[in-house]
Amino acid sequence: MSTAMLVPLVSGDTLTIVLFSAVVALTLYITFWASRQSKTTTDYYAGGRSFSGFQNGLAVSGDYMSAASFLGISGAIALYGYDGFLYSIGFLVAWLVALLLIAELLRNSGRFTMADQLAYRMRQTPVRSAAATSTIVVSIFYLLAQMVGAGSLVGLLLGVTSPGLKNLVIVLVGVLMIIYVTFGGMKGTTWVQIVKAVLLMLGTVLITFLVLVQFGFNLSDLLGAAAEKSGKGEAFLQPGLLYGKDLVGKFDFLSLGLALVLGTAGLPHILIRFYTTPTALAARKSVLWAIGLIGSFYLMTLVLGFGAAALVDTGKGSQIQTSAGNLASPLLAQAVGGGEGTLGGSVLLALISAVAFATILAVVAGLTLTSASSVAHDLYANVFKKGQASERSELIVARIAAFGIGAIAILLAIPAQRLNIAFLVALAFAIAASANLPALLYNLFWKRFNTMGAVFSIYGGLIMAVLLVTFSPVVSGTPTSLFPSANFDWFPLRNPGLISIPFGFLCGIVGTLISKETHSAERYDELSVRALTGAGAEKAVVH
Amino acid sequence: MADRSAPLYESGEADRLPAHNHEVYNTIARESDFVELRRRYLSFTVPATISFMTWYILYIICNNWARDFMDTKVVGNINIGLVWGLLQFVSTFTIAYFYARHARKSLDPLASELRDEFERETGR
Repeated sequence: MSTAMLVPLVSGDTLTIVLFSAVVALTLYITFWASRQSKTTTDYYAGGRSFSGFQNGLAVSGDYMSAASFLGISGAIALYGYDGFLYSIGFLVAWLVALLLIAELLRNSGRFTMADQLAYRMRQTPVRSAAATSTIVVSIFYLLAQMVGAGSLVGLLLGVTSPGLKNLVIVLVGVLMIIYVTFGGMKGTTWVQIVKAVLLMLGTVLITFLVLVQFGFNLSDLLGAAAEKSGKGEAFLQPGLLYGKDLVGKFDFLSLGLALVLGTAGLPHILIRFYTTPTALAARKSVLWAIGLIGSFYLMTLVLGFGAAALVDTGKGSQIQTSAGNLASPLLAQAVGGGEGTLGGSVLLALISAVAFATILAVVAGLTLTSASSVAHDLYANVFKKGQASERSELIVARIAAFGIGAIAILLAIPAQRLNIAFLVALAFAIAASANLPALLYNLFWKRFNTMGAVFSIYGGLIMAVLLVTFSPVVSGTPTSLFPSANFDWFPLRNPGLISIPFGFLCGIVGTLISKETHSAERYDELSVRALTGAGAEKAVVH
Repeated sequence: MADRSAPLYESGEADRLPAHNHEVYNTIARESDFVELRRRYLSFTVPATISFMTWYILYIICNNWARDFMDTKVVGNINIGLVWGLLQFVSTFTIAYFYARHARKSLDPLASELRDEFERETGR
């Protein structure tokens, strides 16, 4: 190949910067285009409910295929083989909970936020305050994971390790996300998400194809090559390299598995996506598209992960090891493009890096919008103003909240760089499954459920999950803990789900039974008819 | 925004969303068509949820406690663990497909009839 001669013409770093700038320019253009079309609260919070099932399916997939999935899962497979694949299985199966039990019913019975659905037949102030609290906590943990990822990703790709520059990247990502959300609202954020999902799928298909070509489309050969190159042999293709090394580890894995499968349907930034479609049928179609897209994406990350193990150096001291696997996909792209120093390699590396950057930008925007909506719609308009706020003032508060949450996320992300990204995401899933899912399910399917039950299950699940993590080895007691020198790690599991999810469900029952409230049960039939038939559901905005 | 002019309850519970068309909803809730819709919805979703959760948790448990079984080679370098993992994808796609079909055939026609009735009654 003569491509190697062309290298001096295009430096990889220059190309990376050009593509990153193109991503920023395109997303900003979408944002300002959308801002001219957003006039009402329905536009701002729910994109006018005018997205088709396919469009929203792409956006849901975009929201879900975060940097943690794209970089994290392929990286985990590259380093730990089979065990790395287990994350994606939980992440995918989880969509059935959303499809069968949540998406359509939520679309029919809510308006803008998760709290809208929960507060439908409850007392507004306590339920909305609780739901807003858990929305913001879950979103902030998820947001931190993405921003920490952005800092290390860009630092590593541009070959810069100075903490100052990483902080600068975090601030830049934060400022961009504030701009997207403040001006673009849900319409802008959704289109950014759609563009990103398309780029991510195309990039992944391309690299997967190039890997499979090298192995003659034989999965067994790919696995064999990966096992051999990894130096771990057979063990690389079997359970046990990452999870369940001892009894505590086995229960930790069970806990993680539960959190992953039950967390998705309680993630606020996923839930509010269902409000962007005109009907429950379109909400169903968007979940079906999401299952198809996300499922094929995870099948491809299997090829990417094993491909990286087979084709790129993953040994001690390699870039993949030092980045905890996060650079596996970009480096694999470089390898299948022709290797380091070739034109093809540089182009593909820059391309995949830009896709990863677009991914991070889109996901942080979605999360910030979710939190800002909850602050403006739940806390300001309904708790503070008792439903009497004007649409204009609510929109102003939403924008101020987006700014505030963006600023808080930037400030927290800088010290949070010590935390493991996959851990932060798993924690967000555990909290969502413990605090949000019990309340959502009880509200839809249990007539007797009432305000006290909702408040108990949300705060109970939330507090239990956070407490257990605080007293786990993640925070103290081991060399990799947040505080390695302290010792208050009396809870052995890293993921709290195994205890906190049943606890959240139990709190809902206890709270409901000790309360004498009857009004919430009187309005259960109303909620039920509305959720199942769509009678009286919010309609799309016609511009 | 919220319409406070017609509170349903007279107990001074101002901290609630106002109910609109409460009676129409309650009438529909008692109709046989709605009872049937609810039965059809639950008759699919409840067994399906129990099945995929059991199938998934069994897979997790076998990864922890049945490793020799999971390590068994099926063909080439592909073992039972990987095949079962891929079958989780297949089962997810299959359940999603059958739910979509069930919803289109058995749920949507009833739901849309009841929705039409609601709109006639309320003049929406």
